[in-house]
Amino acid sequence: MKFKSVFDIIGPVMIGPSSSHTAGAARIGRVARNLFERQPKQASIHLYGSFAETYKGHGTDVALVGGLLDFDTFDERIKDSLKIAKELGMEVAFHVEEAIPEHPNTAKIIISDDNGELELVGISIGGGKIEITELNGFKLKLSGHHPAILVVHNDQFGAIAKVSNILAKYEINIGHMEVSRKEKGKLALMTIEVDQNIDEAIIKEMESLDVIEKVTTIVD
Amino acid sequence: MFRNVAELVEMAKTKGLPISELMILQEIEVTGRTREEIIAQMDTNLTVMEQAVERGLNGVASHSGLTGGDAVLLQNYIKKGNYLTGEIILDAVSKAVATNEVNAAMGTICATPTAGSAGVVPGTLFAVKNKLNPTREQMLAFLFTAGAFGFIVANNASISGAAGGCQAEVGSASGMAAAAIVEMAGGTPEQSAHAMAITLKNMLGLVCDPVAGLVEVPCVKRNAMGAANAMIAADMALAGITSRIPCDEVIDSMYRIGQAMPNSLKETAQGGLAATPTARKLEAEIFGKAALEGE
Repeated sequence: MKFKSVFDIIGPVMIGPSSSHTAGAARIGRVARNLFERQPKQASIHLYGSFAETYKGHGTDVALVGGLLDFDTFDERIKDSLKIAKELGMEVAFHVEEAIPEHPNTAKIIISDDNGELELVGISIGGGKIEITELNGFKLKLSGHHPAILVVHNDQFGAIAKVSNILAKYEINIGHMEVSRKEKGKLALMTIEVDQNIDEAIIKEMESLDVIEKVTTIVD
Repeated sequence: MFRNVAELVEMAKTKGLPISELMILQEIEVTGRTREEIIAQMDTNLTVMEQAVERGLNGVASHSGLTGGDAVLLQNYIKKGNYLTGEIILDAVSKAVATNEVNAAMGTICATPTAGSAGVVPGTLFAVKNKLNPTREQMLAFLFTAGAFGFIVANNASISGAAGGCQAEVGSASGMAAAAIVEMAGGTPEQSAHAMAITLKNMLGLVCDPVAGLVEVPCVKRNAMGAANAMIAADMALAGITSRIPCDEVIDSMYRIGQAMPNSLKETAQGGLAATPTARKLEAEIFGKAALEGE
């Protein structure tokens, strides 16, 4: 079931006018911001389907940028986010795409600064609820509604066991987990949704494993 | 956990609990949060709805100028007293309009289930409030019951105009509201299900064709009629009228109709009312010539 909580239906509290095109868009932007862990200097935003057709009227553009500035769905500053981004030195470019996406409300966000780049694809599935479907080329399914850890690791046997053993040691329960890879034997991505936020020390312990490249957390 | 309306009604009967209470119990189970936390969050949402209605009844205007002020017109009309229908139904309509006018003006609202359909549930709630004098707790129960039916629609069909047309947004909102009105008025869980079914049946096929892609025309007036539809369907169900097609099958047909709908009628502003000469003219006025040249 995609919708789990009554507050997916009665909620969110948000700035209008559209839950999917405004609130959902803000949430997609905010997940990208959280994963990037800092304010990007450049943002290239690609809009598909209904997002591409109606983004101006729905404030999808200001909402996505508001999310990149770490604004929540009810933050009144969303309305002025393009101006605020400019003041903070974030360059934003929008691209209206003609390709027909799998889901009608799809956005691809590429954010970067001198230290790195992140590419994310998010879909807004209705009522403000979103899913992240791609991260840096890896396919995944992430609701953004639970704390999660994203583990970039070498695609080899035992990697999953090592990570889950650490979680078990600290009595952390896994709610949802999946593994994705671009090519056999190269880098792979583990997406693990958990029930509680994870301490920095546990993340460090995972990163010290030889099969692990990088661990990123999404805090609830 | 209930997955469809049949299961929800059956659970309510066997446990002897109202639908609102089943929704709260499921929320506790699924999220692990306490009853107090869940009630407190719904109370916050109810307050946001109250404030949005109040703001809309004082008169707002959207940035485009397409919507605003109709809630005020209706309230003034009600005060004159020579209306043809009834005070509660017009009150529901005006409060639904008020909420959506605030939404169109990029004000703060609570999505129920979406922002474009955010007027129906609070509009009907605050109108029947004047007749039934509910406690705050009963008003929260109204929202949990509406949420339970919306939860089922969202998981078995869709609540997104881009995926299922307006029937999935205002249609779902109206069905949710009808079911909740029935519970507040003392009807049975079955009657709630029939009210939802009757409402949604009358919204099947409704397309999403927003002028200039804005959540304004026809969205605000569709919320108005969604509220009216919910009120009448609730009265019909309370009168003992049943839906020959069970609620779950109505929801399923809504999903299939949404699948069959062309993309031009699913929130792309390419078909329906959005493609009329007047809509194109308004679009050009609002976005300037660039909008037309970009086509």
